[in-house]
Amino acid sequence: CRLAPWFCASAFACFFRQRFATREMRWLRYLNQWRGTAKEAFDQVSIVAKFLCLLHVTDRYIISSTHVQGPSMLPTLNLTGDVILAEHVSHRFGKIGLGDVVLVRSPTDPMKMVTKRVLGLEGHRLSFFADPLVGDDSVNVVVSNLYIQSLHLLVPKGHVWIQGDNVHASTDSRNFGPVPYDLIEGKALLRVSLATTMLWVIEVTITFELFQLLLE
Amino acid sequence: MGIQTLIWQVTKKAFTGGIIGLTISDRFCSVVPVRGDSMSPTFNPQRDSYLDDYVLVDKFCLKDYKFARGDVVVFSSPSHYKERYIKRIVGMPGEWISSTEDVIRVPEGHCWVEGDNKASSLDSRTFGPIPLGLIGGRVTRVVWPPQRLSKIGG
Repeated sequence: CRLAPWFCASAFACFFRQRFATREMRWLRYLNQWRGTAKEAFDQVSIVAKFLCLLHVTDRYIISSTHVQGPSMLPTLNLTGDVILAEHVSHRFGKIGLGDVVLVRSPTDPMKMVTKRVLGLEGHRLSFFADPLVGDDSVNVVVSNLYIQSLHLLVPKGHVWIQGDNVHASTDSRNFGPVPYDLIEGKALLRVSLATTMLWVIEVTITFELFQLLLE
Repeated sequence: MGIQTLIWQVTKKAFTGGIIGLTISDRFCSVVPVRGDSMSPTFNPQRDSYLDDYVLVDKFCLKDYKFARGDVVVFSSPSHYKERYIKRIVGMPGEWISSTEDVIRVPEGHCWVEGDNKASSLDSRTFGPIPLGLIGGRVTRVVWPPQRLSKIGG
């Protein structure tokens, strides 16, 4: 009986220690769970971030799709709008040639992108009529190394002459002059129709598979 | 087999790192060296110093192409598309610039750039106003050498 309070006290202490231990273990478990969840969340976010970076690089340096509209490239492109596939590789290597349809950042408004055809490269001499009602609507390009006084315009070094296919409704180099080559941002490849949409789906699937391969 | 998977892992990591670096340098900021003394004394104040200034170029301004007179910008040369220059904007669209013989109006969508060191600077006094679309970023700070760390005011 004399041992009873001591026995009770020690039992009480044991009971308390067990309770505190459980609480500590619970907090530790919460901490570990939170760390596990945080790591999982970080992994998922980093996968999304990597995919967005890959999307940015593909869109700006390899290939992208753009919606273009307006009357300046009739009959090549529609008035009400077309989706075209443009590649961004050729202009970095200087491989834009005569007759290419290019996406150009407008020299009069840097927020706008225009689609026109390249009708003169640097060093070409051009004769043209600014008003299509007065003369014919062609641009004659003469490639020569001699400077002849009678021709109208020499495209300066580092510039290109762009013109819309529909000369009656197009503001282009006839209005704002030759544009610096670096304003070119892409070369149009093809117009997207149902057949090319299928090709596009195939391409996106291949890219996605490649991405999965890179991830593992 | 171990070497092959190791090389593949390293290549994958390098590729991912490269893509992320490219995105960051296109959309956020990048560091470029300043060559030449056309912007003395703002950059490269000593002519024959072996230390070129490195500057931080901010790319957020390219979202809306909002620039102001006095900004130092990086742009591609209108005559050699692969070369890039760093100069200061001294004329925005609609403003009048007086050059040697006459007064020129800066057209819409263009800007007039000049180097701080007028004696040895190839700028708009030679090639005319440049389209704003050629601009590739605005310089905000000098980041190297450490004793020249500074903020370039707008």
